[in-house]
Amino acid sequence: MEKSEELLSVRNLNAWFDNFHAVKNINLSVQKNDILALIGPSGCGKSTFIRCINRLHEEVPKARVSGEVLIQGENIYDRGTDPVKVRRQVGMVFQKPNPFPGLTIFENVAIGLKLSGIKRKSILSEIVEKSLKQAAIWEEVKDKLNQPGTSLSGGQQQRLCIARALAVNPPILLMDEPTSALDPISTARIEDLLQELKKHVTIVIVTHNMQQASRVSSKTAFFLMGDLVEFGDTSLIFTKPKVTKTEEYITGRFG
Amino acid sequence: MVEELKNLQQLKNFLASMGGYVEESLKQATQALIDRNPNNHENVEKIEQKINECHLQVDQTCMNLLAKLSPFASDLRLILACYKMNNDLERMGDHARNISRGTSQYLSKKEIPHEKDFLQLINETRSMVKDSLDSFVNKDIEKAKEVLLRDDIVDELKNTLTIQMKELMKKDPDYVESALDFILFARNLERIGDLATNIAEEVIFITSGDDVRHGGFLK
Repeated sequence: MEKSEELLSVRNLNAWFDNFHAVKNINLSVQKNDILALIGPSGCGKSTFIRCINRLHEEVPKARVSGEVLIQGENIYDRGTDPVKVRRQVGMVFQKPNPFPGLTIFENVAIGLKLSGIKRKSILSEIVEKSLKQAAIWEEVKDKLNQPGTSLSGGQQQRLCIARALAVNPPILLMDEPTSALDPISTARIEDLLQELKKHVTIVIVTHNMQQASRVSSKTAFFLMGDLVEFGDTSLIFTKPKVTKTEEYITGRFG
Repeated sequence: MVEELKNLQQLKNFLASMGGYVEESLKQATQALIDRNPNNHENVEKIEQKINECHLQVDQTCMNLLAKLSPFASDLRLILACYKMNNDLERMGDHARNISRGTSQYLSKKEIPHEKDFLQLINETRSMVKDSLDSFVNKDIEKAKEVLLRDDIVDELKNTLTIQMKELMKKDPDYVESALDFILFARNLERIGDLATNIAEEVIFITSGDDVRHGGFLK
């Protein structure tokens, strides 16, 4: 029964950069523990869409949003909702690994916890270890937690960023092309990791790699010029899409 | 990408050519039987070699496309279906050759008068093969569905002919050897009809994405 619980619901979502209408009236829902892949050509609104799910979009000058994003039933755009609190609830991993320079591996993971007010070293250590284990990097870093996060390889840095996002125990993890800067081995590790992570967290991933979308996700949404063209089970989208534009995009006829 | 799309078209062309050879082989084999002409067998053997070459070529093209294109949706369905149709066509060629070889032996035995049902079985089978291949080339889903409906006709004709041959053998034991040959001809034709229905099912899968195998068409 838990599987069918709706965790994220987007209703009539629109996003603009000044006068440019980047995301147009999107409606979709994601169930708990699902992985949703967002696909579509560059500039179609995928990244803008996920940046609306953690209220990052509004940080861009002249950017605005309308509509509702409900996380566990609560609209994150309700008046009085603190965007910083929202971002703590919705973890985000970016295209390029971005560990905080000058911070150790331990501090990179612990920083979100410290900002939340957790000070006790024993609790911090416990959560840092758990998060690094969840991100499948603990064995590689457990003996060098005091080294800079930036000393790790690209793939390790990305898993460190995933650990950092997981440390504050978010129900949703957003990933914006998380493997596009990684080699195939590191990519495979992250993809394997997603299958483990979905047991604890609902994931929305933007990817330009069709194979990756088909491998890792249970639902896929195809965006084109700000519109949600098709949304459904990944197995159907990649074998028998309903919309011709989807078919043309995933078979490489355009995009 | 442009290269892979060309290769997809090439795959369709290879399969269409292979289908043409199968049709020709079946035509030559069955016409030899109708005309009591043993000379066609050499032609059938030559065509069989071409069919086998196509079989390897289509397999190789499918493998290359799967590896290089990582196909999805209609491209994926086309490649999977071509891979299966390739085997179906190769086996059709084998059955046509079986008929041709059998004919060479049959012609030295006591002649069975051409039964109306037998000619109908030949025509119906050849027509099913032609229509299944046409439906592939033209992506004609309605024609493919018609082929599926005709499989029962071929099965019925084969059963009727088998009963007729058994009765003939009982009535006149001199016909035993040639009647047994006829039962084998009928069985080969019926198998070719089954393989034509496989191709029609694959055409429906390529075109619509619906899997109609194992009675799915009737549901």
